[in-house]
Amino acid sequence: MEKLNGLRCRECGRHYPAAPLHVCEFCFGPLEVDYQYDALRGRVTRASIEAGPPSMWRYRELLPIDGDVAVGHHVGFTPLIRAKNLADELGCREVWVKNDSVCHPSWSFKDRVVSVAVTKAREFGFDTVACASTGNLANSVAAHAAEGRLKSYIFIPADLEQGKILATLVYSPTLVAVSGTYDEVNRLCSEIADKYRWAFVNVNFRPYYSEGSKSYGFEIVEQLGWRAPAHIVVPCAGGSLITKIWKAIKELKTLGLLDERSRTSMYAAQALGCGPIVTMIKNDSDVLVPVRPNTIAKSLAIGNPADGYYAYKVAKESGGSGEHATDEEIVEGMLLLARTEGIFTETAGGVTVAAAKKLIERGVIPRDESIVLCITGNGLKTPDSLQDRLEAHVKIKPSLSAFDRALADLKSQTS
Amino acid sequence: MSVLVRIPTPLRSLTKGNAEIQAKGDTIDSLVSDLDRQYPGLKERLLDESGELRRFINIYVNQEDIRFLQAKKTGLKDGDEVSIVPAIAGG
Repeated sequence: MEKLNGLRCRECGRHYPAAPLHVCEFCFGPLEVDYQYDALRGRVTRASIEAGPPSMWRYRELLPIDGDVAVGHHVGFTPLIRAKNLADELGCREVWVKNDSVCHPSWSFKDRVVSVAVTKAREFGFDTVACASTGNLANSVAAHAAEGRLKSYIFIPADLEQGKILATLVYSPTLVAVSGTYDEVNRLCSEIADKYRWAFVNVNFRPYYSEGSKSYGFEIVEQLGWRAPAHIVVPCAGGSLITKIWKAIKELKTLGLLDERSRTSMYAAQALGCGPIVTMIKNDSDVLVPVRPNTIAKSLAIGNPADGYYAYKVAKESGGSGEHATDEEIVEGMLLLARTEGIFTETAGGVTVAAAKKLIERGVIPRDESIVLCITGNGLKTPDSLQDRLEAHVKIKPSLSAFDRALADLKSQTS
Repeated sequence: MSVLVRIPTPLRSLTKGNAEIQAKGDTIDSLVSDLDRQYPGLKERLLDESGELRRFINIYVNQEDIRFLQAKKTGLKDGDEVSIVPAIAGG
């Protein structure tokens, strides 16, 4: 069945064929996949989705692939957890954690976008995939390229966390460490993408790639029993995820799968050391002022976010807001989620928890309404951020009396 | 001032396919005018109706985003390299 009309410019509305294009030739606006919703309505139902596989591909009719899924068959459908302990701690009635820190195979939500992009790269006949990355995307592109037997070139800022470098190299890509910030890597990749005929997942494949993030939003709604939460807090780097979760909710309404009257407010979470989107929201300005990142949340360290303008618009349009978190608050956020729910997220997840906590304490998010926190990456990738923060464990000789003494010491310390 | 300007794919239909062109200007503003004189229509693609740089275009002088410099008033000297780059997604 024909489900795509090709691509369409988000700004001026010009139409383009479904090709590896990402920018409107006339106004430079981003191109977006254009679906034939009339053809999908009535064909895609709650029942048809529920009959699908336990992965993001249960929503494949709403994703921009034409043929078979090429890679990442098991991506997505991650747990949506009722976080009772965290809710108690925050003084809230209903808190949920959408936990993509356990997304298969590379432990972040990036598997959702990459499996779509790499499948599309195969459809268009490319033999090489590439990306500019702050880490999670690098891991995912390298992993899916290996699975799809494609060559991969991965460009990263040279100062990336060791864990993320190793978790890329293990898949045998060509890893290029660039001495510069992510924004500089990004600019370089834009020029490389112009010169070499590669499938750059976040450059010339961006319209397809970014659609994969919608599955995160679809899953939240389906896992809540086809109900949208009142509030969703989303970590923002380039600003794409928050716009695609919002798009997912709107699409489900368009297709009659979600009550049109339901209201969801979207909140952007960013580090104080790199928060240009939240700054736009706080200043109520639609002009993005780029920043030079300085934060431990390296996976969110994009000073010139391409979708910043749209992320700002989503927060405004949905009646949501945004909040910054300091490095100290980010670590506290990671520890809070681990202590209350047993979930170890990376720094970006700490940003989400910290920002949500502040929004709740400020009364921006009411305590008696449903709240979903978007946890998008795994803590084992960024242990560096906690290295100096956690107390040493008890060390003893292998004897019962040594343990008795240690236990007595511990008890006297806490009493 | 003569500088090297890198042209992204979406604009090459206007520059006869050239990926790099030499142009003159003391500032980004005057450079854009010279580009438009050499390749009519370029200015309209780079600037919106009010004469501001379009939202999704980034311009770099020697790898530095001009928003960290003096934006359109950023000065140019002989041998500078200017890149015109569309905004791209995060990672």
